[in-house]
Amino acid sequence: MSEHNGGYADLAVDLIGRAKRYGATEADVVVADGQTLSVQVRVGAVDRLTKAREKRLGLRVFVGRRSAISSTCDFSKDSLEHLVAETCALAKTVIEDPLSGLPEPSQMAHDQPDLDLYDGTCLSAETQIEWAQRGEAAAFSADERVTNSEGAEFESSSGRVVLANSHGFVGSYEGSSFSLSVSPIASDRRTGSMQRGLWYDVQRKFARLASAESIGQEAAKRAVRRLGARRVPTKRVPVVFDQETAGSLLANLCTAVSGYSLYKGASFLVDQLGHTIASDLITIYDDGRLVSGFGSRPFDGEGVATRKNTVVERGVLTSYLLDTYSGKKLGLPSTGNASRGIGEAPSVGPTNFYLVPGISTPEDIIRSVKQGLYLTELIGFGVNMVTGDYSRGACGFWIENGELAFPVEEITVAGNLKQMLKDIEMVGNDLVFRGRIASPTLKIAEMTVAGD
Amino acid sequence: MGYTALDRKSIQKKHPEKEKKEKRHDDCFGEASGEEEKTQKRIRARIPMTEPVQLAVFGLTEADAQHVLDLLNARDVDYADLYFESRVAESVSMEEGIVKRAAKSISRGVGVRATAGEKTGFAYSDELTKKDLELAATTARYIANSSHGDRMVPVPARVKLAHDLYPIERAQIEVATSERVALLNEIDAEARRYDPRIKNVMASFTTEYKVVVVATSDGTLVGDIQPLSRLQISCIAEENGNRQIGSFGGGGRVGFEFYREQNRHLDYAREAARQAVVNLSAIEAPAGIMPVVLGSGWPGILLHEAIGHGLEADFNRKKTSAFSNLIGQRVASEVCTIVDDGTLPFRRGSLNMDDEGTPTGCTLLIEKGILRGYMTDKLNARLMGIRLTGNGRRESYQSVVLPRMTNTFMLAGESDPEDIIRSVKKGLYAVSFGGGQVDITNGKFVFSASEAYLIEDGKITRPVKGATLIGNGPEVLKKVSMVGHDLQLDNGIGTCGKDGQSVPVGVGLPTIKVDEITVGGTHL
Repeated sequence: MSEHNGGYADLAVDLIGRAKRYGATEADVVVADGQTLSVQVRVGAVDRLTKAREKRLGLRVFVGRRSAISSTCDFSKDSLEHLVAETCALAKTVIEDPLSGLPEPSQMAHDQPDLDLYDGTCLSAETQIEWAQRGEAAAFSADERVTNSEGAEFESSSGRVVLANSHGFVGSYEGSSFSLSVSPIASDRRTGSMQRGLWYDVQRKFARLASAESIGQEAAKRAVRRLGARRVPTKRVPVVFDQETAGSLLANLCTAVSGYSLYKGASFLVDQLGHTIASDLITIYDDGRLVSGFGSRPFDGEGVATRKNTVVERGVLTSYLLDTYSGKKLGLPSTGNASRGIGEAPSVGPTNFYLVPGISTPEDIIRSVKQGLYLTELIGFGVNMVTGDYSRGACGFWIENGELAFPVEEITVAGNLKQMLKDIEMVGNDLVFRGRIASPTLKIAEMTVAGD
Repeated sequence: MGYTALDRKSIQKKHPEKEKKEKRHDDCFGEASGEEEKTQKRIRARIPMTEPVQLAVFGLTEADAQHVLDLLNARDVDYADLYFESRVAESVSMEEGIVKRAAKSISRGVGVRATAGEKTGFAYSDELTKKDLELAATTARYIANSSHGDRMVPVPARVKLAHDLYPIERAQIEVATSERVALLNEIDAEARRYDPRIKNVMASFTTEYKVVVVATSDGTLVGDIQPLSRLQISCIAEENGNRQIGSFGGGGRVGFEFYREQNRHLDYAREAARQAVVNLSAIEAPAGIMPVVLGSGWPGILLHEAIGHGLEADFNRKKTSAFSNLIGQRVASEVCTIVDDGTLPFRRGSLNMDDEGTPTGCTLLIEKGILRGYMTDKLNARLMGIRLTGNGRRESYQSVVLPRMTNTFMLAGESDPEDIIRSVKKGLYAVSFGGGQVDITNGKFVFSASEAYLIEDGKITRPVKGATLIGNGPEVLKKVSMVGHDLQLDNGIGTCGKDGQSVPVGVGLPTIKVDEITVGGTHL
């Protein structure tokens, strides 16, 4: 194994041994390294080229029921020795937490399947520049109203994670990512007003990346269609969330079912396990082992085996997302959702969190609305996770008699997430993964749109 | 509690396997808050000047820096710099009355950059060996695509810092963990004492001690020590199944004793608890266009979103900002004068020098409603042929320099805050906000209230639930009809996001009246 992990497994095991000599009763070490090459092109010319290699090590120690965390990018022997000593000393200063500790040894991932997360394709700067240039050029040539650009960016990165703990667990996996984003600007010759469009694709495998041309053309379409946007009068109407905005709604739900939000009382879904929280059209999975998935990994941030969890089944909340600590607080086992920044205590995060598609096409959903809003962009942070109160800035299109009539902007959409989830009337058939949270188009029966 | 610029959709920017990757304008425009001034002078008097920072901290010499700068000396390269950074961050956090978490993170590295025309080549490394520096330089100069230049690279000469705004000794930042734990325990007790309906208190105290050295191809070598700390408290109040949250905090480039002075930490605790309790009786917020009075201090986030990002030079050079080509034109009412000032002692957004080694300053953005200037870094100032303002900032050695805000605020006006509220027949009075965001290109911005009240017949009446306010940057300040005499800066909690990079910033505002803006409530 050590051949595949750059000797980091041996290093991690060695540090755990040293931590024990400084008084730690349990410990774990996570090491991550990676490399990134990113190019940005703007109006045809290279704007920025960034290349980096980095590595980082995180150490968590428990001295009885007290714990501390540290991290460093300095792997020299002296520095690490000092880090271990200091972290063990730090742990002795915090208060005992009876629930703290590593997961039970039986919960560690015993199998480590190959989830097809890594593609060793190594792209030259020239190739990446050429991709970004083609993407941006496609946006410019797609429509004469595209007159400027925020640029196009191509990024490739790869890296590995090694995790070891004092139960004797050692695991590692590699991953890669390739992405292209294009951000053209369209302008209205008559008024001089500008609108930005953005489209992107991101894949673990280079070969699966959408063509630069298709990404550029979609970005241009998204900029041009916003020209001439205006406000609409304040009223209550049905709201159709497109894939992107529905994904953000799903991200809100994901935060609300996180064990940490729940035990702190900071979620509008406290005590709702087993209760109906959404329309019966809604089924949501979190699948840590989806092949080539963006959030896939064989084990979570504590070494616990990942799996497929049913979070919501036909509207009923069937599972929270938990790591060991938040699970203990709620009297439940970990769901394999520990998420770990290198220098941070584990928290909870989604793996591949998605809403099961329905049968309606997005066009059918729009056609079902006599008067309402088709939402394509949300801005701001107006979501209160404690109460579910929701009020965000929005852009999109006004729907009249089942057709997109004109673009709208400078409006807000407001409601309460508890009610919004129950008011989902239609679910689209258009699920596409573009990241770790994905949703098809959704229609909510009624929300308050504030404009004029 | 961040705010962010919607300039680019965040596709995962970092490594895919990393699971998560967070008043002294006398030289400018007169006094702000008198009380603040006194406190700061007092702290200042006690602390000796710090020693200048040297490259030796990074185990390097000036000759090493010159060697790398010489490698970057290609014919087309206009400018190059090396940014050395060492950062130690510590945090302790508390919930359910227990300080459960203590964390420490150490990072050290160098960012190497070369610019040629509009192009930037950038590489960074967390190893500081000669070989790693040479490799980074080779990557950075890739964009120049030209042979070695014949220009002489000047020997970097040590430059003295223009300011000494936060002379804090390391010991004042890195106090014993037990002292931090005691602080958080007192906060927990105080918030619960404030009202029995407070059911949970979450607090965190974070500190950062950053040492930077910048060596540039213009021949300067300058370093700074940048301490930063922040105390953040959230309380959850509960009554008959209704749960509400209140948050408050503060900080700056200050030492630990700042939080204990006059029991500031207990004031913060009571303020977070008060806000949570107020929200227990909040009714639905109104929806639609109405007059809005913004309280002083943190509501200055309006300026940050509505005009601040739009006046960063990069967007204007590229002509992608709603403010492009508006210099000299009216973008606000006569009562509005707005500055960005990085030179306020001990402030969260202040810096002795920016991350390119340029001394920070006080930049006039809007004078009596007329747009006067942009905020610049070296690249954009050079390409646009405009003044360098000391706004070139980066999150760390791993990120490129961008023009960013420091402390952005509106100068005090003449109205009495009470008269401002009395002038509104029916509207909203918003005193505290969560985050905000702006779309630079079309100018639309939002910011979300976390504590707000209805104004009815000139009187503040009932609290309303948080609502998002939305407006258009180049238009909204034209609708400011009254500006109070009560300028306050925020307490030091702001973090601004742009292009995936977070930097600490400050905002400030006197009480102002906006005649009309869309309020995104639910009540018609």
